[in-house]
Amino acid sequence: MNDLVNEKTLVELSTLAALPFEPEKSKATLDALNEVLALVGQMQSLDISDVAPLAHPLERHQTLRADTVTEIIDASALSQNAPLYEAGLYFVPKVIE
Amino acid sequence: MNLNFATLTDLQKALRNRDVSATELTQHYLTRIDALDPALNSFISIQAEAALGAARRADERLARGDARPLTGIPIAQKDIFCLQGQRTTAGSKMLGNFIAPYTATCSEKLADAGAITLGKTNMDEFAMGSSNENSYFGAVHNPWDPKLIPGGSSGGSAAAVAAGLCAASTGTDTGGSIRQPAAMCGLTGLKPTYGRISRWGMIAFASSLDQAGPMTRTAQDAAILLEHMAGHDPRDSTSLNEPVPNFSEDIGKNIKGLRIGVCREFFTEGLDPAVERSIREALAVYESLGATLVDISLPHTPYSVSAYYVIAPAECSANLARLDGIRYGHRCLDPENLQDLYQRSRGEGFGEEVKKRILVGTFALSAGYFDAFYNRAQKIRRLIKEDFVKAFEQVDVIAGPTAPTPAFPLGEKASNPVEMYLQDIFTISASLAGVPAMSIPVEFANGLPVGLQLIGNYLQEGSLLQAAHQFQQETHWHTLTPPEAL
Repeated sequence: MNDLVNEKTLVELSTLAALPFEPEKSKATLDALNEVLALVGQMQSLDISDVAPLAHPLERHQTLRADTVTEIIDASALSQNAPLYEAGLYFVPKVIE
Repeated sequence: MNLNFATLTDLQKALRNRDVSATELTQHYLTRIDALDPALNSFISIQAEAALGAARRADERLARGDARPLTGIPIAQKDIFCLQGQRTTAGSKMLGNFIAPYTATCSEKLADAGAITLGKTNMDEFAMGSSNENSYFGAVHNPWDPKLIPGGSSGGSAAAVAAGLCAASTGTDTGGSIRQPAAMCGLTGLKPTYGRISRWGMIAFASSLDQAGPMTRTAQDAAILLEHMAGHDPRDSTSLNEPVPNFSEDIGKNIKGLRIGVCREFFTEGLDPAVERSIREALAVYESLGATLVDISLPHTPYSVSAYYVIAPAECSANLARLDGIRYGHRCLDPENLQDLYQRSRGEGFGEEVKKRILVGTFALSAGYFDAFYNRAQKIRRLIKEDFVKAFEQVDVIAGPTAPTPAFPLGEKASNPVEMYLQDIFTISASLAGVPAMSIPVEFANGLPVGLQLIGNYLQEGSLLQAAHQFQQETHWHTLTPPEAL
């Protein structure tokens, strides 16, 4: 199979995946991705036009609980993991000029 | 009694008879961890103070005569389970300083049953790996030979039990991450039916595949631990609402007449001949116990690795999107803007294997490729599941090798990812189908542990445990211990 990912696709994928595009590593990354995609390409040889995709291994529906508050986690236990948190706010770089 | 390698059953008795106190036992393992773990690197963090506090409370409970099933038993937990107030890293720099705000349901159940957590074990980053070389906290060494890998991704959990640093441990299995390290370290490891154990509080890799399970010395111990990890949890919408059988009481049933399917696709070219000999030897033991061997086929097995390396990365790319450097996790210095913050934080926080799988998953889910990759993989998943459904019309249990080789040297496959992925060639199909499967030690090959994989029908963990237990009544492979750790 021809390589499915080229440098242009890698730039797009990196943006979609919110990962940095690192030009100095791009050849190694492309080789690694295309190697995995060649492996998964083996499944293209199977005729599966009449098969329905499997959504759940046991084919059960997810059981949803009532949409009500059942427990409250202390906000300070959550915010202690934030890299930059002050006065009840998560800080991010300026998004509106 | 040799406390180092005592089973849960032995320790339950010793604690109740006051032959040893929970405090002595906990201190015993902590001392061994101090002495032996620098060479193994099986733990990421040790909670000595909390463990000794829990041990004191366990001793009070034992003195009052109201011990619970696991009161005073020190275990280790894979560092993928959130334990409230404790660092939970998933083997990643990204979560290097993450303090869990709540406790995973299955860890809470174990604590309620009286188990004491000694610490959190090392693992491949976000459970992505088969050798435990992908941890930000360094590779784990196999107690049978420190030059070898312990298997992965639950390599720390396997090495810690095998080296006698704890009585048992918890692991997680997405494509073989309990069974393969159990095989390579000479342990009993069980991946239950998908949904049998709650995934709540277990850091997600691939949500339709991830399952927690026990890693122990014996099938009896696996039954005991499973009983206290399993059960419906309304906080996990994929948790099965099914009763949990009394696995440890039912384990003694004889297996005369058990029909064991020997899957021909599991005896392929890549299987090490020494491993094959051990597996055939184990099958002969089963015949001598009155089981019948039936030749079966799971014809879509050769496609399982391909389907898995689409589905698992697709799910991981979605699950790991939450790690953005804002609410928790690593954050880069001086971001120029929001996009720069996301990209550099994730670029610095994730290791190479994780980034690769995120990119593969993003590709498989992207417009134009979704049908050819993700949808196709999910169709193949159905075919794999149907293979099992058909097979279980003929047999009760399916047997074969857990891994194609025994443990291999650290670094040997690091530059050959496809060869590494093929380590899970025999374990992945049970994960895709969601059926329970376990690995038990059989005759060693070249002085190293080998695992026999037993796969069961949906919710039939009991049959697997009975088959494993009867084998362990007849053989001694599960009682062998690594020379270095003695």
